[in-house]
Amino acid sequence: MNSSPARETASGTGAGTEAIRIEGLRKCFGELEVLRGVSLTAHKGDVVAIIGGSGSGKSTLLRCVNFLETPSGGRIVINGEDIKMRADGTPTHRKQIEKARTRLGMVFQSFNLWTHRTLLENVIEVPVHVLGVPRAEAIERARTLLARVGLSEKADTYPAFLSGGQQQRAAIARALAIEPSVMLFDEPTSALDPELVGEVLSVIRDLAAEGRTMLLVTHEMKFAREVASHVIYLHNGIIEEEGPPEAVFSAPKSERLKQFLQTVA
Amino acid sequence: MSHLVETLGLASSLQLLSLSPPGWGANLLRGLVNSLQIAFGAFGFGLVIGLFGAYGKLYGGPVVRDLLAVYTTVIRAVPELVLILILYYIGTDLINQMAAALGYGRVEINGVVAGIWVLGIVQGAYATEILRGAILAVPPGQIEAARAYGMPPFMLMRRVTIPAMMSFAIPGLANLWLIATKDTALLAVVGFNELTLETKQAAGSTRAYFTFFLAAGAIYLAVTLISGVAFKRIERWARKGQPSLRSGGA
Repeated sequence: MNSSPARETASGTGAGTEAIRIEGLRKCFGELEVLRGVSLTAHKGDVVAIIGGSGSGKSTLLRCVNFLETPSGGRIVINGEDIKMRADGTPTHRKQIEKARTRLGMVFQSFNLWTHRTLLENVIEVPVHVLGVPRAEAIERARTLLARVGLSEKADTYPAFLSGGQQQRAAIARALAIEPSVMLFDEPTSALDPELVGEVLSVIRDLAAEGRTMLLVTHEMKFAREVASHVIYLHNGIIEEEGPPEAVFSAPKSERLKQFLQTVA
Repeated sequence: MSHLVETLGLASSLQLLSLSPPGWGANLLRGLVNSLQIAFGAFGFGLVIGLFGAYGKLYGGPVVRDLLAVYTTVIRAVPELVLILILYYIGTDLINQMAAALGYGRVEINGVVAGIWVLGIVQGAYATEILRGAILAVPPGQIEAARAYGMPPFMLMRRVTIPAMMSFAIPGLANLWLIATKDTALLAVVGFNELTLETKQAAGSTRAYFTFFLAAGAIYLAVTLISGVAFKRIERWARKGQPSLRSGGA
C-alpha cells in the first residue's frame, strides 16, 4: 500500500532525509513580484502547511516546486537533485524536470481529472504510460487505491458523473498511484461544497498519519493545526512567520499573522 | 413496381442508368469511387496539416505564427475554384520543371494524387482553425495535470489533448468532410474524372441531362446521409464521459 521498497531506497530513506529544499525562490509576473525570496526545507515525513491570505503567493510557491510556474530566481532541490534552470527559470533539461515531476504527486484545487477517462483509467494513466508499469499490475494497484479512498464502486465511472468530493478523492488516488516521494496539495478543499470537505480531509489526514511527506496549501486552519508538523505563514511573497503549529496558531508573534488568524477563525 | 415504372415512363431512364452498357451506371459509380478516394485523401491530408497548423498557431514562434496566419487567411479568402486552378497548374508545372531539371521528360500527373494535394491544402486551412478552437476549448487544468505528472509533450498531445479536444472538433470536422465530398466536383474543371464530370459526359452523350444530374444528386445525398450516420457514432464515442445535455446529467 505504501511506496514500494525499491523506490524508497532509490531516493534514500531514513528520518531527516531531505525531500524538498527551496532556497531564495523568487517569482515575478511582469512587474508584480509574487514571491520575494522564499526558503524552506521539507524532510521525509514532514507535513508542511502553507497558509496565508489571498495573493500571498502560497499557490505560486507550490506550483514553482514542480515548475508549473517557472521561477524567476532561486534554487529548487528535489530528493537531493538540484533542478538546473536557465536565467529565465525554465529548467535547462526538460527530461530532468519531467523525471522529478514523476515523484511529486500534485493534487489540484479543481481536481483536473481527465474527463475522457474513467476513474480507473485516470489512476493508471501515468503509471502505465509515463512510468512503464505493466498494465495488469497498475490496474491492480489502482483498484486498491480507489478502495482506499472509498471509490471501489466508481472505478468505471467518468469524472463528470461524480461529486466534487469524489473527484478530489480520485485525484488523490491518481497522485498516490505514482508512489510519490512528496505530495503537493494546492488548496484541495477550496472548490468543494462544505459538506464534502470532510471526506477529502479525512483521506489527507490518513496520509499524514502514515508518514507521507507533504506540502499542503490550505485555508483549513483547524486542519493545518491538526496534521502539520511545520506551518509557514506567507505574506506578500515572503515568509512572515513559521514554526510548529502550536507556536504559530496559539502564540503568533507577527501582528499580521495575528490579524490573519482572527479573520479566518 | 414494374407497373409503376411503366406508367411514369421511367423505363428508358432506368435503362440509361443500368450498370452494364448501354447503361452509364458503371461510369457514374467509377466517378463516385474517384470522388470518394479524393475526398478521403484530402480530408486526411487536411487533418494532418490542420493538426500541425493548430499547434503551430498556438505554440509556435512569431515566424511560424505569421506564416500560418497568411496560409489560413489566403486559402480561406480565395474561392476554391480559383485555388484549385492555381494549385493544380502550379503544382504540375513545378513537378515538370523539377523533372526536367533532373533530366526526365514530362511527367504524367496522377489525377487522384493531384486532387488530394490540391483539396488537402484547402481543407488544411479550415482544419487548422477547427482544431485550434478545439484545443483552446480543452480545460487547461487537464493539460496542466498531465504536465505536473511528468508527461513529455508528444505523449501529452496523444494521450490528453487530442482525445479531450475530439468532442469539440467533431461537429466542425463533419462539416469539413461533407465539404470535401462536394469540392471534388470542382476538380471537373481540370479534367479529372470524378462523379460530376462522369455525369456530364454521360448526360452529354445521351442528351438525358435531367436523368443523369438527378441521379448524381441522389448519389451525393446518399454519401451525405451515410456520413451523417458515421459521424453520429464518432461523436458519441468522442463525447464519452460527458453528461448528455438532453437527459440533464447522469
